[in-house]
Amino acid sequence: MAQTIETLGGADLRPAGLRGVAADFSSDQRAFKTASWGKAMMWIFLLSDTFVFGCFLIAYMTARMSTPVPWPNPSEVFALHIGGQDVPLILIAIMTFVLISSSGTMAMAVNFGYRRDRRTTAILMLLTAVLGACFVGMQAFEWTKLITERVRPWENPWGAAQFGSTFFMITGFHGTHVTIGVIFLIIVARKVWRGDFDVERRGFFTSRKGRYEAVEIMGLYWHFVDLVWVFIFAFFYLW
Amino acid sequence: MSETTAHAQSQTTHAQTHTGQQHPIRLYLFVWGLLFVLSAASYMVDYLGVQSYLRWTLILLFMMLKAGLIVAVFMHMAWERLALVYAILLPPLLVLVFVALMVSEADYTIFTRVAFFGAGP
Repeated sequence: MAQTIETLGGADLRPAGLRGVAADFSSDQRAFKTASWGKAMMWIFLLSDTFVFGCFLIAYMTARMSTPVPWPNPSEVFALHIGGQDVPLILIAIMTFVLISSSGTMAMAVNFGYRRDRRTTAILMLLTAVLGACFVGMQAFEWTKLITERVRPWENPWGAAQFGSTFFMITGFHGTHVTIGVIFLIIVARKVWRGDFDVERRGFFTSRKGRYEAVEIMGLYWHFVDLVWVFIFAFFYLW
Repeated sequence: MSETTAHAQSQTTHAQTHTGQQHPIRLYLFVWGLLFVLSAASYMVDYLGVQSYLRWTLILLFMMLKAGLIVAVFMHMAWERLALVYAILLPPLLVLVFVALMVSEADYTIFTRVAFFGAGP
């Protein structure tokens, strides 16, 4: 299944495997034959974003490893008092499930987009946006709770001061990505709903013809946001 | 891959227009379910208070499985051309070199802190 079809001129004459990769990169043409420019550029943007989040997580690792003061226990810090007892990390768990669900609805929106089912695609995208907004809302709640407990970028009541700075930096940057994603989702959902991709209406900003691939490119961004959360969840909240 | 040719007739004029990543909805629902189970499992690692090496192994295992599923299926990487796969997936691996550098740096920092300030900041 790894091999994709070449639509231009029928048969794909390029070799498979690593030889194919070498042939693609050394050919005096586009390297990513089956991915359009839009998709390839979104991937390359996401690669750059990977490095940004990678640097943040590495900075957090370095801070945590190099402080002699005990690191706060995230399991206790992020516990919520429910029904007379502290449930560890419960809010973070709910946020994780919400974000995964939004990724599921987004994947299905891409599928219905390629089936040219405008209504279902738009509804699924808006559902994704609602779940994303829920996530940001819960993050706002989490920030508010920690700020009232006197967590600051330079101090916190439980130990190493660096906890506050890395927490606000990493979750803040991720929350910003989710917020931008929600706006992006609403814009593309509106285009789908209006039928812009059926009539190849030109974009307001790019003046290029709109295609249903825009939904998939949007989806790549959204899944990436979910992907980053997988790493933040593991390294920041569970480790 | 026969479903990819469904809309091919109207688009053969565009060399760049690929016919879309069309995969069965069942697959997405299955992966969605798997991601739920894996998230629940990694939450249980914390809830049950598993500690030390077992904890870190399980966290990393569930993390990599989740990330792999998202990239491979939701982001369609499993069906992309190999040139794109290598261009995107290999560079982040080099971040591990950066991680190794910073681990050594952090070890040195804490060593000098403890040596000069005792257990202070």
